[in-house]
Amino acid sequence: MNKFIETIIEKSIILIAFSTVAVLFLIAFFIFKEGIPFLAQYGLPGFLTGSTWLPGEDKFGILPMIIGSIYVTLGALIVGVPLGVGSAIFLVEFANKRIRNIIKPAIELLAGIPSVVYGFIGIMVLAPWVRINFGGSGLSILTASIVLGIMILPTIISITMDSLTALPSVYKEGSIALGATTWQTVIMVLLPGAKSGILAGIILGMGRAIGETMAVIMITGNAIRIPTSLYDSVRTMTSNIALEMGYALGIHRSALFANAVVLFGFIMILNTIAILIINKRSK
Amino acid sequence: MRISWKAAIFILLFVLFIYVSFTAKPVLPIRLAGSTAFQPFAEKLAEKYMEEHPSITVDVQGGGSAVGIMASQQGIVDIGMADMLSLPHDIDYLERTVVARDGIAVIVNPANKANEISFDQLGKIFSGEINNWKDVSFDNAPIRVISREEGSGTKKSFDQLVLNGKKLTREAMFQDSNGTIRETVRSDPNAIGYISIGYLTSNVKPLLIDGIAATNENVKAGIYKISRPIFLILKANPKDAARKFLNYLLEAEAQKIIASDGLIPVK
Repeated sequence: MNKFIETIIEKSIILIAFSTVAVLFLIAFFIFKEGIPFLAQYGLPGFLTGSTWLPGEDKFGILPMIIGSIYVTLGALIVGVPLGVGSAIFLVEFANKRIRNIIKPAIELLAGIPSVVYGFIGIMVLAPWVRINFGGSGLSILTASIVLGIMILPTIISITMDSLTALPSVYKEGSIALGATTWQTVIMVLLPGAKSGILAGIILGMGRAIGETMAVIMITGNAIRIPTSLYDSVRTMTSNIALEMGYALGIHRSALFANAVVLFGFIMILNTIAILIINKRSK
Repeated sequence: MRISWKAAIFILLFVLFIYVSFTAKPVLPIRLAGSTAFQPFAEKLAEKYMEEHPSITVDVQGGGSAVGIMASQQGIVDIGMADMLSLPHDIDYLERTVVARDGIAVIVNPANKANEISFDQLGKIFSGEINNWKDVSFDNAPIRVISREEGSGTKKSFDQLVLNGKKLTREAMFQDSNGTIRETVRSDPNAIGYISIGYLTSNVKPLLIDGIAATNENVKAGIYKISRPIFLILKANPKDAARKFLNYLLEAEAQKIIASDGLIPVK
């Protein structure tokens, strides 16, 4: 009897595990099914390099959105990586246990804040600040970079901390024994040792930044044009889909799915790189 | 011990199931979806209607005017809501009623010196021919145009009325609701945007257009030109309950509520 129940439980758990994979494939299949026919008809080069997006006139070029996504994501990394890696080094190597017990939960809390709240703070506090100090409308690449940089901090910090603590303690002991200071040890021994883990964390953070939608819609202004400065408004690929999918019909809808295919491609490439790096480390 | 746990959970679920299936109302709800301009009014009136008719449930969703049209066309909802000047011709066969009118106010930041612009200037601002406030008021500052997103009924009506065939400037920024446009204009002294009159607050300044203020009275009198009707579209072969609810929305009492909360009643 017990054995019978055991088998049932085992089988159902396997089923549940595979259903996750099935969901992933269903999503991919659905996006591609809707998007590929459009790409075949409109032409991938025209879609990727066209700079006019006027659904009303059947002009679908997502170059401004691709550039928008890339700028905003790069900006987020420029803000988030130094802060994140620096915090992780501090927490692992320098902070005493009491400080760590305060800062670590605070960072984890940061991950739990809904993105609409980040967006709201961005539009109410950060955007006016950017406008007054730097000009432009305030709804800009710079504002979005700062907000997204903060949003990806938890990912970068926790993975960097994990890879630093996972290093064998002989690394540190050996370096100290040779007469290096703690700081020299961090820069010359620990960071190179944990390099692949830190890179993986950065790439995962990058995936989060490129996929973020709600906060980005609120703080980038969503203008459809190729930006010429940091203080210009941009529209990202995710915002474009979210803003227009609600009512898009016919070819416009297919174009948004094609946009999702491109986004899917971007994120798949990023994740594959992250997985390759992590695997390399574990060898 | 393990078995009895499972039995307990099973019995609990079974009892819940029986309870729910006997107490749940067997009626299908009346579903509405579409225009976010009318959604809060529909929700409020639906609540009142349900109080008066406890056996009926009314389910109101937003989504935008395009969703209201599409959903009523496909029969997904009983009543579609759409705010635009005229409905597309491919749903000509569906029954529709104008339930209210809604004016669109052009807003700027309270710190902006402009108080009044001409209808012509407004068109030029949104098409990008005028891009500096010095051509309108005294400030020498770039104008930042903020539009609703593609597919919003408010945008469709506004573009049709104000742009008059010209294209919206490529510099325009987009926000996807009345509220976010208001917040953007509120925080930017050089921005200009448009929202439903009902969404006006003291944080933003409505501009006079050709000397006429954006008020419900002026829209009703027909002298403030930027306004559009709100349509309710019945799906094909509607059920009686949906038709009754539609009639209720047109009754004097419901229209009074619509008026007191900022729309212009039709009756």
